[in-house]
Amino acid sequence: MNQRCAVIGVGQTHHKSKREDVSIAGLVREAAVAALEDAGLDFSDIDAVVVGKAPDMFEGIMMPELYLAGALGAVGKPMFRVHTAGSVGGSTAIVAAHLVANGIHKRVLTVAFEKQSDSDAMWALSVPQPFSAPLLAGAGGYFAPIIRSYINKSGAPNNVGMKVAVKDRLHALKNPYAHLHLPDIDLKMVEESVMLWDPLHYLESCPSSDGAAAMVLSSEDVAVAQEKTTGRPAAWIHGMAMRSEPTMFAGRNLMNPQAGRDCAKDVFAQAGITKPRQELDCAEVYVPFSWYEPMWLENLGFAEENEGWKLTDSGATSLDGGDIPWNCSGGVLSSNPIGASGMLRFLESALQVRNMAGDHQVPDAHKALGHAYGGGSQFFSMWVVGSDKPE
Amino acid sequence: MAAEETAQGPVTMLSTPIRLDYNFTAGVAQSKSLRGYAEGRFIGQRCPVCKKVYVPSRGSCPKDAVATTEEVVLPNTATVTTFCVVNVPFAGQSIEIPYITASILLDGADITFMGLIQGIAPEDVEMGLRVEAVWVPKEELGPTLASVKYFQPTGEPNREVSTFAEHL
Repeated sequence: MNQRCAVIGVGQTHHKSKREDVSIAGLVREAAVAALEDAGLDFSDIDAVVVGKAPDMFEGIMMPELYLAGALGAVGKPMFRVHTAGSVGGSTAIVAAHLVANGIHKRVLTVAFEKQSDSDAMWALSVPQPFSAPLLAGAGGYFAPIIRSYINKSGAPNNVGMKVAVKDRLHALKNPYAHLHLPDIDLKMVEESVMLWDPLHYLESCPSSDGAAAMVLSSEDVAVAQEKTTGRPAAWIHGMAMRSEPTMFAGRNLMNPQAGRDCAKDVFAQAGITKPRQELDCAEVYVPFSWYEPMWLENLGFAEENEGWKLTDSGATSLDGGDIPWNCSGGVLSSNPIGASGMLRFLESALQVRNMAGDHQVPDAHKALGHAYGGGSQFFSMWVVGSDKPE
Repeated sequence: MAAEETAQGPVTMLSTPIRLDYNFTAGVAQSKSLRGYAEGRFIGQRCPVCKKVYVPSRGSCPKDAVATTEEVVLPNTATVTTFCVVNVPFAGQSIEIPYITASILLDGADITFMGLIQGIAPEDVEMGLRVEAVWVPKEELGPTLASVKYFQPTGEPNREVSTFAEHL
């Protein structure tokens, strides 16, 4: 990173299964306006706009960023589209941050979204192809067999996934923006929900949401000035990294992909972190299916191999007394506007270190991880943000 | 605008189903596997560097980035490395739920592909289950993986998970 870069404003929609009152343009504008208000800026202050969303086939609009230029104040300005499947919200934020860190722009607006009610993601992810059997049943059908392998390998008790499902929904009750608010959530409710993709219950899966997330990223001079103007602190980027690997190759470790391990190693090295569980105050990690919490605890180095489930099982990842709370916002299990889901992880990590997360705030959070993954676990993007400037 | 139209409120959503037909060009390597299906057999390729066998054939090794030219005919027998029981209905689904979708490791192959398991109750399927391909009748065979009707248990004992751990 050549120059310091900070998050000076964030905005998100109230995530819901159907936002029939707005078009996609209305949805993204809502998040963008909120982020600009938080930053104390308006559209005319912005130098460039970076947009991300999941595959165009979801809503059936090719290159939607072109039609969104007006709604995002991007007419006559540089506009970029990023595309890395479900991890896109994270990589979009990183592309936007690179524009600042490399001194190209001073104020960049970055926005990610999905309007699942306009689309059919199950269908879009399960289109029959002549070279494979017509068996794939959405993302759950892809990830459930990998989860079964993990349970078998790690020796984890069968209810650890259900514990994640309960914990993240309890967190969501503290986040007014979360899609799912299930006040009566408990293990029994999860266990009694339909087994959609054995070993995954309905309530161990993410919902389908309409929603958008936006952030204003700025250079150090702008961040310091806006902190004074608005009275709200910035979140400073201490490291950012992306990695990818092929979806299939002989010997690929599907439970613990090398690209995720390499990405974590890189981002933590940049941020000077050697023991993530001890040195970070919280993490917002892309967990669309319950068991991905213990799996990513291992992949990201918070736990040794086959030990991730023990952290979950002991309550270490809970906002209620855990030493390393994961997904205090409720996470992807509580809100899943796919394209925005990764950016929400990055945004929520920034909110935490700005001490602005409200009821789901981790007391005195200074350093947090934002994480996203996508596709068949082949795209990873991560950043570490802190309340202090990086050295 | 007429008064009665105003009373109904604006139209906010309409569904417009679309259809898209496309031509798929399989390429040289994949064509070999597809023609193999039409003959009722699995054809893969071996990487000259890592010696791993990919099925269907891909034409190159994703790890070593070299052309794979050596053809390998694989048997009908395989191991279920892992699986899930699909119990979710969705648009375009062509198989009755619940069904078992499994990662199939053909004997001699180093990569799995997804296959349907039949001839066994879902609760009896375990990782390591030995299965064999059941092909559609000869006159229905075609250059598509749909030529494999499903995989069914062979009756052999299950393989230990540790013997195929590198494929999980």
